Amino acid sequence: MTSKLQKILLGSCLALGLAAAAPASAEELRIGFIAPTTGIFAQTGKDMVDGFQMYLDEHGNKLGGVDVKFIVEDEQGKPDMAVTKAKKLILQDKVHMFIGGFLASTGYALAPVSNSEKTLYIASVPAADDLTQRQADKYPLFFRTTWTSSQPHHPLGQWACDQGHKKVITIAADYAFGYEVVGGFQKAFEDCGGKVIQKIWPPLGTKDFGPYIPTMKADADAIFSLMVGPMSLQFPKQLRGSGNKKPIIGGGTSYDEFVLPFMGDEVIGDVSALQYSAAIATPKNEAFVKAYRAKYGKVPSYYSEGNYTTAQIIDEAMKKAGGKWPGPEQFIKIMANLKIDAVRGPLSFEDRNPVQNIYIKKVEKKKMFGYDKDELWNTVIKTYPNVSQYWTYGKEKFLAQPVYSRDFPPCKFCE
Amino acid sequence: MVSQQVKIALVTAALAVFVYIVPHSGSFVVLLATRAMAFAILAMSLDILLGYTGLASLGQAAYFGVGAYLTAVLATKFHFGMGWDFWLVVVLGILIGAALAALFGLFAIRAGDVYFLMITLALGQCVWGLAYRWNSLTGGDNGINMSGRPNFGLDLGNEVTFFYLVFAFFAASMGLMYVLVRSPFGRSLTGIRERELRMQILGYNTWLHKYIAFIIAGGFGGLAGVLWAHTNGHVSPETLVLTTSVDALLMVVLGGAGTLVGGAIGAAIVFGLREYLSTIVPWWQYVLGGVYVLTILYLPMGLMGIPSRLRQRFSQGKDEGSKELASKPS
Repeated sequence: MTSKLQKILLGSCLALGLAAAAPASAEELRIGFIAPTTGIFAQTGKDMVDGFQMYLDEHGNKLGGVDVKFIVEDEQGKPDMAVTKAKKLILQDKVHMFIGGFLASTGYALAPVSNSEKTLYIASVPAADDLTQRQADKYPLFFRTTWTSSQPHHPLGQWACDQGHKKVITIAADYAFGYEVVGGFQKAFEDCGGKVIQKIWPPLGTKDFGPYIPTMKADADAIFSLMVGPMSLQFPKQLRGSGNKKPIIGGGTSYDEFVLPFMGDEVIGDVSALQYSAAIATPKNEAFVKAYRAKYGKVPSYYSEGNYTTAQIIDEAMKKAGGKWPGPEQFIKIMANLKIDAVRGPLSFEDRNPVQNIYIKKVEKKKMFGYDKDELWNTVIKTYPNVSQYWTYGKEKFLAQPVYSRDFPPCKFCE
Repeated sequence: MVSQQVKIALVTAALAVFVYIVPHSGSFVVLLATRAMAFAILAMSLDILLGYTGLASLGQAAYFGVGAYLTAVLATKFHFGMGWDFWLVVVLGILIGAALAALFGLFAIRAGDVYFLMITLALGQCVWGLAYRWNSLTGGDNGINMSGRPNFGLDLGNEVTFFYLVFAFFAASMGLMYVLVRSPFGRSLTGIRERELRMQILGYNTWLHKYIAFIIAGGFGGLAGVLWAHTNGHVSPETLVLTTSVDALLMVVLGGAGTLVGGAIGAAIVFGLREYLSTIVPWWQYVLGGVYVLTILYLPMGLMGIPSRLRQRFSQGKDEGSKELASKPS
């Protein structure tokens, strides 16, 4: 085998010759964007990129009057890939900030990168509560522009209680995001006098709810569901198929616009909560939905809106900074003091997380914004204005309790 | 046929060139090379099983995962392993990987072929499930964040320093595994791969041989995990998900099973395409897929099979080439 290892030489030289060459002109704002553009989350990744890109396109590729170099990197839905790509963006492309990440675990993985590389990280999707709560001090260069998992679900718990529901069963995907969503709902619901009488945790990615539906207690008034992706489509179908007619109250991702167009009529009347609905009846949102739909052929999801608004926040912060990158610490200070008139409604910030409207939404089949077909829309039936991530508990009292988990709040009324 | 000395010299030279060039190639390349080398240790450990013993394991990520979680848990819960005790963590990581393999081996080694594959897959998924659900220890789905790398006079927080450290482990692992597969023990593993029954008739305790190989591979897997945890600064169930095992398997097959170096080459190519090419073009997946398909179709012995393939072509008609080909593992 004469040249057995010449291959290695060749291979390694090939890999190594690809050295970095980063131009660093002063008059541009370099933004790294990390989204899953391949793999199982590729579609959500596309919504994320499209949302941000649309804002750039509408503003001549300028934010705060500065030319933007927008670099998208594929994190493939994997936390450590996201870390690698973030470091690539920082070390090679010398970005001023990196945005995105999809999973909560990716958010957790990326936050330390902002520390070690002294670069601003804007989480436009990862919703893990503690990143802006109990661990916020650990990551001073972390900023969030959308939501914490429990944020919309405190008001939803209050709303469910106000509707007169006394006993509720929760069924939710068995992972950290599910715990935080259910936790927020349960806390507010029980503080108002309701009782969660059963908590069911099907694994993430469950498609057959056959083993879970029959175990649901018969004396519940309503069912709270938190589903993600394909689970969202299957659960209502199978629940109704089994003859269960109880009202469903859903966590944000159970009925968001990412899954809604693919749902059947069985979901009509189901209620959910989130900081955005494509059916918010404001001129600003109508214009956004129409423009987005014309451009990308689909209704914007909260992933689209979240990243569109993220671009808007950077835009306004750059304007405040006078069109010059002021460094990450200063930029965070500017962003934290912004009042934004966003597509989703008015935004302000508290502990680097938005204070915003939370919409209680009901699925309805109707014509909206002048489209000529009957479609499913998340009609807003109640708006809770200026909702903080601490809900009405106040920061100190809220942070004194542990982060929502499988065991917290405990299920006091389960037998 | 080149003698072993020449081959060793070639590998050493290649490694020397590698370690000389990388630190001068930009920090992102350094990071990628570090990741690839940590993973290459895992791939090579799998090669001991797949290439030399003939056991296709789909659970190698389990040892990788326990090594990584051990490092992260010790660092975050006990502040252990961030100074000189890093070396203790390395030893512990190897031991925990080996211990887990010793446990799993009891179940897995009894089976052969596709059953071995299934059992290792199931056991690997058990460890994944544990990482995913044991929230109090592993942080569940969110994983564990580590704050910084060890510093014992040598600050591993510096990417280049850390690169050298991982390189040292990588080279040492490769050397150790090479010695292992060339030893009488390694030879008997090859014998088991070729014909287990004959080895039994010759009086070898083939179960024990396979069991020990399994444990050794687990130990190296644990070592790779320790390095991987520090490379990323973050450990999550994604670290030991089935895909990690499959990746390692594909890397070995791509580079060439039963060559050790093949695993490293496979790792370099997969990481190069997946993490470097993906920063340049959006269609990197087609390239990766194409490389896999072409390798399986035309190079059943992996990229390391190219030289013998070429020789076979040039010496068509001569017996020598085809004979050698026949004696290679596939």
